[in-house]
Amino acid sequence: MNSPRRDVAIIGVGITKYGEHWNQGLKHLITEAGVRAIKDARISGSDIELIVGGSMSSGMFVGQEHTGALFADYMGLNPKPAIRTEAACASSSVALRVGCMAIASGMHDCVAVGGAEKMTDVYGSQATTALAGAMDRDNEAYFGLTFPGVYAMMAKRHMHQYGTTREQLSLVAIKNHDNAMHNPCAQYHRKIGLEDVLKSPLVADPLRLLDCSPIADGAACIIIVPADQAKKYTDTPIYIRASAQSSDTLGLYMRKDITTISANIHAARLAFQMANMKPADIDLAEVHDCFTINEIISCEDLGFCKKGAGGKTVEEGETQIGGRIPVNTSGGLKAKGHPVGATGAGQIVELVEQLRGDAGKRQVSGAETGLAHNVGGSGSTVAIHILSRNRGRA
Amino acid sequence: MEEKAVSFYWRGFKERYGLVGSKCELCSRHFFPGRVICPECRRKGKMHEHRFSGKGKVYSYTVIRTPPTGFEIYIPYVVAIVDLEEGARVVSQLVDVKPEEVSIGMPVEACFRKIREQNQSGLVLYGFKFRPLK
Repeated sequence: MNSPRRDVAIIGVGITKYGEHWNQGLKHLITEAGVRAIKDARISGSDIELIVGGSMSSGMFVGQEHTGALFADYMGLNPKPAIRTEAACASSSVALRVGCMAIASGMHDCVAVGGAEKMTDVYGSQATTALAGAMDRDNEAYFGLTFPGVYAMMAKRHMHQYGTTREQLSLVAIKNHDNAMHNPCAQYHRKIGLEDVLKSPLVADPLRLLDCSPIADGAACIIIVPADQAKKYTDTPIYIRASAQSSDTLGLYMRKDITTISANIHAARLAFQMANMKPADIDLAEVHDCFTINEIISCEDLGFCKKGAGGKTVEEGETQIGGRIPVNTSGGLKAKGHPVGATGAGQIVELVEQLRGDAGKRQVSGAETGLAHNVGGSGSTVAIHILSRNRGRA
Repeated sequence: MEEKAVSFYWRGFKERYGLVGSKCELCSRHFFPGRVICPECRRKGKMHEHRFSGKGKVYSYTVIRTPPTGFEIYIPYVVAIVDLEEGARVVSQLVDVKPEEVSIGMPVEACFRKIREQNQSGLVLYGFKFRPLK
């Protein structure tokens, strides 16, 4: 892969509260996040040259496709071009990556990227069916396998091979609920304990309800410009030091080893190479905890701990705020919420707030560099971004 | 699950009724479901149909308690990834066994069962499931 021709910087972010927004549709959500990002960047809508918006399954959740045009229309940005990206739960990280390519290539100078999902206008079983579209529909979903079921099989095998415990899974959820207490846009502001997790209903053994990220509505938006122009807009641009993406088999069953996500390893290697960094250089990370087991597996794959030691790392408090590598300071997908098409962009919003020093009570002190890790399906798409206050190479 | 037209199920008969996949004669890898080209050898590979023996071992499994539409009557049901003896893996329900009796490494064999019914069209969908090896 070649180096980008132009570096990219973030000058504004906006996000809605995540949760059940009975009074807001897809168009309201993306407009709210978009307007906030434009205000935060102190630009005018007319400065935006391109819109790239992620949505996983607007067709099955609200019956609306063609959401690129919808986003541009409702944000008042016609006739600017708009693109929809779709990569299941990684849809809006891929939107950011496409935006980065548009800036890096020199084709555009100001791009709005983001994503939105409206998941609560359908009943639970329909949402389960829509989410099952992230897996191999003909060969996994056909036989009654669900999305939680896919991660449950990964958990079962990880426990079998590495001795990861039920308690360690619970500790991921407990930590992320603790962090969400201080995040105003989080879906849940409720602490949970070990007993709460163990008493919550089984969804797919060994995963219980409180191992699973919730269904949510929400949107997030990010304004990006060439790094050379960023200081024109703000004193604290956040630089995108790496934007990497990898693919793997659509079906989990096709993989040699399901205790690891090979697209994690591949994308992480690319990202660290692009940023000229190593895992120890990262001050905090948003890691895709769609299910508790995924935070454990992905922390291992990203190099934050040894393979198999993910459970122990959580147990020893290394991933808490104040620990060696704070993970999911926002509350993560588990407690901040997981409006699938918005999630990746929402992770970036958290990193930007942290790196600007604006994260309030959940602030990681002295944070200079953060990593966002976003997974589509069972790891069929992985997108990783590394952000920093420092531009690095000039 | 969504409702699909007959053609979708009809073209999958061989695969779902007979556990027919493919084998690359160049690298000897087996695939289920069958693939058009070998992902390793790509255009150099030679793909042929292969009927799997149906014998294998449980690689991992879960018990589904929150089902997708159409599977409500089966809960709780076991879904597993089965390591077929030829080398490929397949996702399938495990039947004729209690969830608490399933374990990783358990020998299993394929059997022919009903998968589910489509509500509106009335189509009854069949395919393989796996059961403990007798």
